[in-house]
Amino acid sequence: MTRQFPQKCNDIATRAEEFKMEDVSLVASDTEDVTSRILCREKQMAMLYSLMGEPSQPTCPSVFIYGHGATGKTLVVSTLLKAASLPHAFVNCIECQTSRQLLDSILDQVANHKPHPENNYSSLNRCENMNTFVRLLKKTIEERGIENQTVYIVLDKAERLRNMDGNLLPAFLNLSQLSGCNVCVFLLSQIVWEKFLFGFGSNHFEPFIIHFPDYTKSELLEIIASDCPKGYSAEFYSSYVNLLMSIFYMVCRDLNEIRHLAQLNFPKYVEPITKGEASEKDSHKLWRHIEPHLKKALQTVYLREVTSEQWEKYQRDEISQTGQSSILPSSSRTQIELPFYSKYLLIAAYLASYNPARYDRRFFSKNSGKVKKSAVNRKKETSHQLLGPRAFPLDRLMAIFYSIVDSRVAPTANIFSQISSLVTLQLLAQVGHEDQLDTPKYKCTVSLEFIRSIARTVSFDVIRYLYDFVK
Amino acid sequence: MSHLQEAFRKTFPAIMPKRNCRREPLGGSTIDRVQSILRRRVCRIEVPPKDIIEENLKEQRQHLVDLINRCAVRGESNSAIVTGPHGSGKTMLVSSVLREIESNPKVSKNLLIIRLNGLLQTDDKIAIQEITRQLQLDNVVGDKVFGSFAENLAFLLEALKRGSDTAQSVLFILEEFDLFAHHKNQTLLYNLFDICQSAQTPIAVIGVTRRLDVVELLEKRVKSRFSHRHIHVFNSLAFPAYKEVCKRVLTLPAEVGDAKFVKRWNQDIEALCSNATVHDVLKKTYQLDKSICRLQSLLLLPICKVTEDHPAIEAVDLVESSKHLGADSKAAMLHGISVLQLALVIAMKHLTDLYEGDPFNFEMLYNEYLKFVQRKAHVVQSFEKPVVLKAFEHLVSLEIVKPVDGHGSRTQKEYRAMSLLVTSAQLMDVLNTYPGCPSELKHWASNPLPS
Repeated sequence: MTRQFPQKCNDIATRAEEFKMEDVSLVASDTEDVTSRILCREKQMAMLYSLMGEPSQPTCPSVFIYGHGATGKTLVVSTLLKAASLPHAFVNCIECQTSRQLLDSILDQVANHKPHPENNYSSLNRCENMNTFVRLLKKTIEERGIENQTVYIVLDKAERLRNMDGNLLPAFLNLSQLSGCNVCVFLLSQIVWEKFLFGFGSNHFEPFIIHFPDYTKSELLEIIASDCPKGYSAEFYSSYVNLLMSIFYMVCRDLNEIRHLAQLNFPKYVEPITKGEASEKDSHKLWRHIEPHLKKALQTVYLREVTSEQWEKYQRDEISQTGQSSILPSSSRTQIELPFYSKYLLIAAYLASYNPARYDRRFFSKNSGKVKKSAVNRKKETSHQLLGPRAFPLDRLMAIFYSIVDSRVAPTANIFSQISSLVTLQLLAQVGHEDQLDTPKYKCTVSLEFIRSIARTVSFDVIRYLYDFVK
Repeated sequence: MSHLQEAFRKTFPAIMPKRNCRREPLGGSTIDRVQSILRRRVCRIEVPPKDIIEENLKEQRQHLVDLINRCAVRGESNSAIVTGPHGSGKTMLVSSVLREIESNPKVSKNLLIIRLNGLLQTDDKIAIQEITRQLQLDNVVGDKVFGSFAENLAFLLEALKRGSDTAQSVLFILEEFDLFAHHKNQTLLYNLFDICQSAQTPIAVIGVTRRLDVVELLEKRVKSRFSHRHIHVFNSLAFPAYKEVCKRVLTLPAEVGDAKFVKRWNQDIEALCSNATVHDVLKKTYQLDKSICRLQSLLLLPICKVTEDHPAIEAVDLVESSKHLGADSKAAMLHGISVLQLALVIAMKHLTDLYEGDPFNFEMLYNEYLKFVQRKAHVVQSFEKPVVLKAFEHLVSLEIVKPVDGHGSRTQKEYRAMSLLVTSAQLMDVLNTYPGCPSELKHWASNPLPS
């Protein structure tokens, strides 16, 4: 194993070069560019910057940063640390299944060690618990000669720390006191700090809390407009983004999502211009052209029922007028092929789940008994469509099954094995595991829409048999 | 100067005041040194002024000093537990006592100090290794300890037992003592207290904990060996003393160098502390939380903001910092959700009211939402079920709504029982500050739809 310690370099400039060589993609060569590239986060950056102070000054033990997704938490923190080339470790807690992976990776990054093929992807130290971690951290910092600088540890998606060992979170919050080093821990999360207080009370190590507020509409516009495609004016692009937001802003305020949708649908928007039917100034015409398209996108691409690639292909095909718009699946949710009896079994299970047992006689018996209408009682009941499926015994399922299937079906092993295969397909769910063979209970876990499309294939009217709709 | 700072200043000259170049830790400009000194005080590195501790914790401090002195000088074995709420100065008290003891050559020569922390030594095996390491016994090579748990324990006990009352004393400080009580069989505690009780090496065990009922956590045999000596530390500072602490934390010592600057700074601080606005801010903070920790976090931001262009702390800084500390984070998160999600939260509030706190599921929620949209279709765009479901799931991931039966449940997501974790007061607060909130939503929030 080749251990690579960087030379002790107190000189900031040399280390800055190292960082640049490592991460050209994230740190632009021109540092001025880096900070000016982050838009609309001046206040937060200034606050972080004043908290961090000079490298030699002590920093508060922990900083908790929260805000919605895509508000620039990770971007701001990593840019600040990288551009100033401060010694730091950046770990995403989702990547760490065990605390050992987390601690190892922090130590590696503090020691500037990278697992690569030559050292067999091994990490520098083997660190099982917090006690060893604190000892090794002190040692590593001494070996690198950065005792007089603040070392930053950034834990992204910090909400995952709550599910790890109980002592991990409070220990990280108080790391500078426990280790005696000048360490500052940044926790980034989408969840508010109150939800981190639990158990024996980590509440005494209050971190400094910073909120990254969501971008306002105009800020979103400013950020998205900054990646205007070539050949079009910035005003044109931002008016397009404005139109896009009028459709999507009510539903989604996530920058990444809106930006993605903007890029995806832009070719469609400029289609009339490329064809020569309209100019950049005909905003009304362009709007007429794009509106139905965007509304469709909300129901497909936004929900990821259609992949971005399919959507692009669909757009291209439509543009080239091949007329194959049927590529687009209207909804992939309701299509599944089942055997004939399985379909009936599923319908029977659905009816058993959503109908009260006392009305079975009325629906399924040949000579339906007298139905007394007790309107008083009925008003109070909440619809079963709202409350969800109820469990039913196998006997009831079979009884309903025989009554809705017109022909005579022998209760063969096939029928029963189809029930259990419906369970494995997760169309039914078995409830309770006490006596599996004797009287198993099931629940039907498919939606009304699904069962209607199944019933249509066997020309069976489910609605007529559903209590909620008939009463 | 680092690249970033330079770049930052170029980009945002208004918010990024000029700061001096990076220099050696104790050289540098006056401001840098002032920052270093003050930051040390508020970042929990330095013990606050010693006389304040002595004033308030005189008895407790004397008690502790006596205890350790008796152990070190006369070879008496003792045990005690320091309890008090968070931020009341337990650790500070202990470290100030230790500093005094270390400065006394007669005592320090005769005393080995072992510090353990319940957060780091999570089981007895690690704790024993740590003790062996800190004692520098002969099975330690470098900073690694060899041998199994049983060997280490036997070795340690042997080493401690062999000594008589003339041997060097050992002082154990167990921070987060309550966590040690959760170890299996409480082996470590039992052995430590047992040595305390028998005529072996003189040891003193000082537990530091936040839990007042910590003795109830101990097993019977461990409890009977503990001396039941409690030292209580409370946040007993009266408000004038609290204000004095604040002043003392901000006041600079004479050795900063620039005498003129120090004089002016201290005068400014004097004026600041007698300011009526500052008085109000401090009073408010004091009424929320009496601990010094809270005061430190209040002062952190104003101190960090001190720069060359802004060389004094002003009342506005403190007000701003107090506002920052008191911000309602849940309301801040609610502020960032979309209009559709806001409508869902309002619907959830009505459902919670309707079912008197019983959980609801997505289907009920969607039904409620549909009812609203159908009545107000002309103003609020209506969305399909999958879109609403996506918005709802985002709320779940933000933990604004929570499944009642945990995540392991096998029910469909539409029918999983949920409960809302936002109060209606918070919701109303957000509705008033939400940018571009449709007035129909506001109206709906205060008046539920007739069913």
